[in-house]
Amino acid sequence: MLINQVLLKQRIPVIYVLFVALFTSANSYAASASQKNSAFNPAIGLILNGTYVQFSQDPDNYSLPGFPIDMESTPGTSGFSLGESELNISSNIDTDWYGAVTIAMSGDGEFSVENAFIQSTGLGSGFTIKGGRFFSGIGYLNEQHAHTWDFVDTALAYRALLGTQYGDDGVQVRWLAPTDLFTEIGAEWMRGDAFPGAGAKSGHAAWSAFIHLGGDVGISHSWAAGLSYLSTKSTNRETGNTDLFTGTSKIMIASLVWKWAPNGNASNRNFKLQAEYLLSKNDGQFTPAGGIATPYSATPDGWYIQSIYQFKPRWRTGFRHDHLNADSPVSGFTGTVLDDQNHNPVRNSLMLEYSNSEFSRFRLQYSRDESRPNADNQWFLQYIVSMGAHGAHTF
Amino acid sequence: MTIIKKAITIVFVLTFIAGRPVAANINVFACEPEWGELAKELGGNRVSVYSATTAFQDPHHIQARPSLIARMRRADLLICTGSGLEVGWLPVLIRQSGNNRVQVGKPGHFTATHYVTTLEKPVIVDRSQGDVHPGGNPHIQTDPRNILKVATALHHRLIQIDSAHKSDYNAHYQAFSKRWKSALARWKLASAPLRGVKIVVHHKAWAYMLDWLGIQSVATLEPKPGVPPSAGHLSAILSQLQHQPARMVIRAAYQEGHADEWLSKRAHIPAIILPFTVGGSVEAKDLFSLYDDTIARLIRGMQ
Repeated sequence: MLINQVLLKQRIPVIYVLFVALFTSANSYAASASQKNSAFNPAIGLILNGTYVQFSQDPDNYSLPGFPIDMESTPGTSGFSLGESELNISSNIDTDWYGAVTIAMSGDGEFSVENAFIQSTGLGSGFTIKGGRFFSGIGYLNEQHAHTWDFVDTALAYRALLGTQYGDDGVQVRWLAPTDLFTEIGAEWMRGDAFPGAGAKSGHAAWSAFIHLGGDVGISHSWAAGLSYLSTKSTNRETGNTDLFTGTSKIMIASLVWKWAPNGNASNRNFKLQAEYLLSKNDGQFTPAGGIATPYSATPDGWYIQSIYQFKPRWRTGFRHDHLNADSPVSGFTGTVLDDQNHNPVRNSLMLEYSNSEFSRFRLQYSRDESRPNADNQWFLQYIVSMGAHGAHTF
Repeated sequence: MTIIKKAITIVFVLTFIAGRPVAANINVFACEPEWGELAKELGGNRVSVYSATTAFQDPHHIQARPSLIARMRRADLLICTGSGLEVGWLPVLIRQSGNNRVQVGKPGHFTATHYVTTLEKPVIVDRSQGDVHPGGNPHIQTDPRNILKVATALHHRLIQIDSAHKSDYNAHYQAFSKRWKSALARWKLASAPLRGVKIVVHHKAWAYMLDWLGIQSVATLEPKPGVPPSAGHLSAILSQLQHQPARMVIRAAYQEGHADEWLSKRAHIPAIILPFTVGGSVEAKDLFSLYDDTIARLIRGMQ
């Protein structure tokens, strides 16, 4: 009852913000000449998404044997459900700063600040500073918002090792080399409260570093590659059924993306191949639910490879293969969440997509998810639409 | 850790040395080939031009490739069409470039549509109307009279950025505008037979050319801008052409021609591919030959 009241209280401002945002954005186009007050309105966009899902296994019992996963990293809800809606507001702040905020609203009325950051535009010499809350620049998928994913869900390795995606409060510095080969190095200093870290008393417990490379091969091919490192600390990190972890998690990511479009014209046909390898090195004390603190050291890893083919305008199809290896600790954790039950989680996904325009997308996806020893046949139907200002997409 | 620190220092030092311009040329990042060519005409050997797209790419839909970000990083001047044409990719390039010279509002950020009067400004801005541009039709380069207006503004911008070589830019501009004006007279003469001719267009990309040459568009293959032609829409156009005949159906080099060929066969009119920008045909080698070839192809379509 109390929770419901709190949720209701939260819901009002969101709806109010939405209403005001959409109203003013519509006005700023239609009557920009007469309404000088709205001329400085930021770009406002709204992403709506909804799904119909069928699982052959109960999603509430979802687990990844051998992996203490973030409690929100589940395959979803059966039947009809409203997915996460996103409100995006962005604008140049002044001559030297840009700002953006993304508010995510879940179907049951909860909302969270997914991103809220300021970013420099005026430093020059290839430097960019970002501060606030944002998705870390590690890996390839990590920075991408859910509505730009090529599948309904993220890669298993991201779900298992990064709690879907790593976003946190902190600062980021990027430097782009003045070379024809795209060469970007970056570093972040973060709060460290997001999975795989937790309970950061210092408030600056995580850091990361990454290098991104990229270029073209001829007129029709382009590529991007990256190496990333993330270091987090945990103090009594709670996962699953109150399993606790205190220690360090260090994650290494290698990523590669290859794109093809005839003559570099992606609007008719194009192809994308994408693969990432994630390795997580964990050291510390693990306390399984109802058990006692036991020294724990494990190096689970995982990878995925996926390809997306747009075979004609508006139509795309894709295949993804996921693979995880829990590196189950030998003794002391039999029967706990860390017991991999001699099973390597695997998942294969197929999707078919129709986009009525660049602002609407309808997706059918089938996944055979062998996260658990019993295979789960998953069917997804999804729509993702974008209203208002639509931000440009990254590579 | 010390090795990593050393390596980072070396990389920094090397790239700073490598990044130092040898010749004091203006690095131009042109969103479309026509602006790259115009920069070459006005800048001569004072500019190094990189064109982000080719005539065979749809400028509405370009992927923000790493190579483009790397080029943007070193640009002193970006020249883009504006009016929403590059809204799906240019903001990402600028934001990720770490280059403060080309940010919106800086002298290094040049938007061509700011210097011409755009056509087809929509009264209703709503996505049910397709891929509309609130600022008006962005395809201004299909009318060479616009090129001269943009050239004048770009000339001033080059001087603003590199005032040391003002006399060079003045000389280039005067020579170019003289040649351009005589070319305009030549094109007017050559295109006289096209006046009043009725045609079908694939995309609403030709408003400025139609205005320039006095050609009349009677139908558009795309039912709404950016929406691919449907079978129903095509048959409606076909029956419309029975009582309102057109001489040809035209499209840009980057567009797929299935619908054009379908209509061409049934309405017995030629399907003409126009270069749309420099490089869109073998003949369209520079700005001058772009319009020579455009007119030649339209005239050929009449025969």
